[in-house]
Amino acid sequence: MGKGVAITGMGIISSIGNTVEENFQSLRQKTPGISKIEGISTIHKDHIKVGEIKISNENLSDLLNLPSSNNYSRTALLAEVAAKEALKNAGITNVNSYKTGLISATSVGGMDLTEKFFYSQFEEEENRKYIESHSAGDSSTKIANSLGITGFVSTISTACSSAANSIMLGARMIKAGKLDRVIVGGADCLSKFTINGFKTLMILSETNCKPFDANRTGLNLGEAAAFLVLESDACVKADNKNVLGYVSGYANANDAFHQTASSVDGEGATLAMKKALKVAGLSSVDIDYINAHGTATENNDASESAAIRRVFGDHLPKVSSTKAYTGHTLAAAAAIEAVYSILALQNNLIFPNLNFETPIKETNIIPETDLLQKDLQHVLSNSFGFGGNCSTLIFSKE
Amino acid sequence: MGNYYINGISCISAQESSDNELGLQNFVALTENVVPLQKPDYKKYIKPTMIRRMSVGVKMGVVASSIALQEANVEMPEAIITGSGMGCLRDSEKFLKNIIDNEEQFLTPTAFIQSTHNTVGAQIALGLGCKAYNVTYVHDATSFETSLLDAMMMFEEGEQNVLVGGVDEIGPYTTDLHKLVGHVKEEETLKNSLLKSKTKGAIYSEGSQFFVLGDKKKDNCYAQLKDVVIYNKLEQNEVAQKLEVFLKDNNLTISDIDVVVLGLNGDVDYDSYYTTLQNTLLANTTQVYYKHFSGEYNTASAFGMWTACTLIKSQKVPKNIQLNEIESGSIKNVVLYNQYRGENHSFVLLKSC
Repeated sequence: MGKGVAITGMGIISSIGNTVEENFQSLRQKTPGISKIEGISTIHKDHIKVGEIKISNENLSDLLNLPSSNNYSRTALLAEVAAKEALKNAGITNVNSYKTGLISATSVGGMDLTEKFFYSQFEEEENRKYIESHSAGDSSTKIANSLGITGFVSTISTACSSAANSIMLGARMIKAGKLDRVIVGGADCLSKFTINGFKTLMILSETNCKPFDANRTGLNLGEAAAFLVLESDACVKADNKNVLGYVSGYANANDAFHQTASSVDGEGATLAMKKALKVAGLSSVDIDYINAHGTATENNDASESAAIRRVFGDHLPKVSSTKAYTGHTLAAAAAIEAVYSILALQNNLIFPNLNFETPIKETNIIPETDLLQKDLQHVLSNSFGFGGNCSTLIFSKE
Repeated sequence: MGNYYINGISCISAQESSDNELGLQNFVALTENVVPLQKPDYKKYIKPTMIRRMSVGVKMGVVASSIALQEANVEMPEAIITGSGMGCLRDSEKFLKNIIDNEEQFLTPTAFIQSTHNTVGAQIALGLGCKAYNVTYVHDATSFETSLLDAMMMFEEGEQNVLVGGVDEIGPYTTDLHKLVGHVKEEETLKNSLLKSKTKGAIYSEGSQFFVLGDKKKDNCYAQLKDVVIYNKLEQNEVAQKLEVFLKDNNLTISDIDVVVLGLNGDVDYDSYYTTLQNTLLANTTQVYYKHFSGEYNTASAFGMWTACTLIKSQKVPKNIQLNEIESGSIKNVVLYNQYRGENHSFVLLKSC
């Protein structure tokens, strides 16, 4: 169905690094970013481990040269750090030299502020500036204003698949000629809201998560932001841009099974992977590496494994989940893993699935546990969320 | 660009609006500063055992989508696209309040499970058994318009029927917060009509409107969706020029527009975005508004689109929404303009089918 959409820049901040380069080094050196939580006071602190970025909001604000009176949520701070790196990486100095849009994704938005000032906003006027920071759209608006984007700006929230849908929408808008250039990605910070939410669902691991392991113990939550710059072929040609890779396939399907659980046979995931292959004009044997959703919950890894078997049969590409490095960064996860997929393509490297020991008997998917050098042409990345939202992206070298 | 036909519509709101055939004739202007929805007959659309479990937003969305699908005679859409600025607000508030009041103890997962922004779209899919494309846009006042834009691209990619809509519910805690910063009108009961109130803030309300778009025109077609454009930021003096560009991109000029549907919400600080247009570019065009009936919510502009659809189909402009004296002849081209607090501007172009 035609060529993919060019990726010309990327930016990321996660618990394994504040830049693309730092993330790459941590991935190579098998250095995870999972720790005890420090930034949020929670009664669960001794019973969970998280992918926390050890930089305070104050320091992030300084990094962005924001006035101390700013009302940025942590989500917005992380988002702006990553979006700025992406723009710089793409060599864009005048954002309005082409028709440029921004599509972000978040699940918690400014929840960190709302929970912090839940009652004090009523009593103390100085805390009321955070009221407008709650909505999901707020962080996107802030980044757009900071970068000078006045045109198309939007935000997506489909739980843990959100950023995949923002990358997908951006690619489709470029293909449809609605935008020349678009910054796409997502951001989520840690919050008491999500920690307690996942805790009540009993899917938080007390220890380091073990994606695809038969004895997996649940997920580690994480916080992160990542953005890609996508550009039309005309922009790439006119500015002689360096292309990092292409978004060649994308799809979104719904499991229509349960509000929070994935179906046993991975129906939604199967549909998403098959449709993404079709959009990319590829067959399953063309995929060299799957960067799996692999959250390390009992349900996800079983369902995703079943879906991978349904799509790939016995011709399994290399598989790994990088969640054991970063934790599950919810709405940002697909953007984080898009950056990792592109790094994989650029360097012909497959990043290890940390902490894996024992295969799941039913599907027997054995992920890569060491850094592996391999010629890569096409990488498939999965992201699934509550509400049955299943999204697949395919990234290609050419 | 192809043709996209609006073959089914629905409106759940603070008015008795669930019967499309009645249109706006029985609507009553809202007079309080926070107005909840008029509950439709949930039993007609949702199993009694489910009604209790579903949040207001989910119920509104499920009913609204059912009405629109029935009207368009579509059983299974090829995409479900939902706009919801604040998502499932009540369950979010409930879970958060429990965390804080109970210091993270004694929590149950139900409210958390239903709190995600995409719950409505997910529940519609679950109810229909629809495994197709499903996405939720959550960008404040353009959540619904992004959904429309996505729907239009779906047709270019070969789909035939797309369910697209908006839903937002009132959250009592959030409303209280927004009262603190003057986003909600201070007077509990309006002394004057909305546009004469000359006070800050808007009437807060809730609702859900859904539309079934098809690549083929059906008998009950309301209108065609021709184009959508979104701006994150516009200065007041840029709006007229951007509207002209939008029309020009569609080979139209302002004289081709029979009716303009404006998102005036009675906020003295921001209605000038509309009045500037009304007094200049739109001076000779039939002007209508609707937020005296719908109130304000992030996806209230979907109520505006529902209004536009009904007046195109009936070829009549009801007096209770008209802003000026200019009579429209036959209603062929209708343009909608909306913004909220000076941000998130959108133009939508509809044409008779």
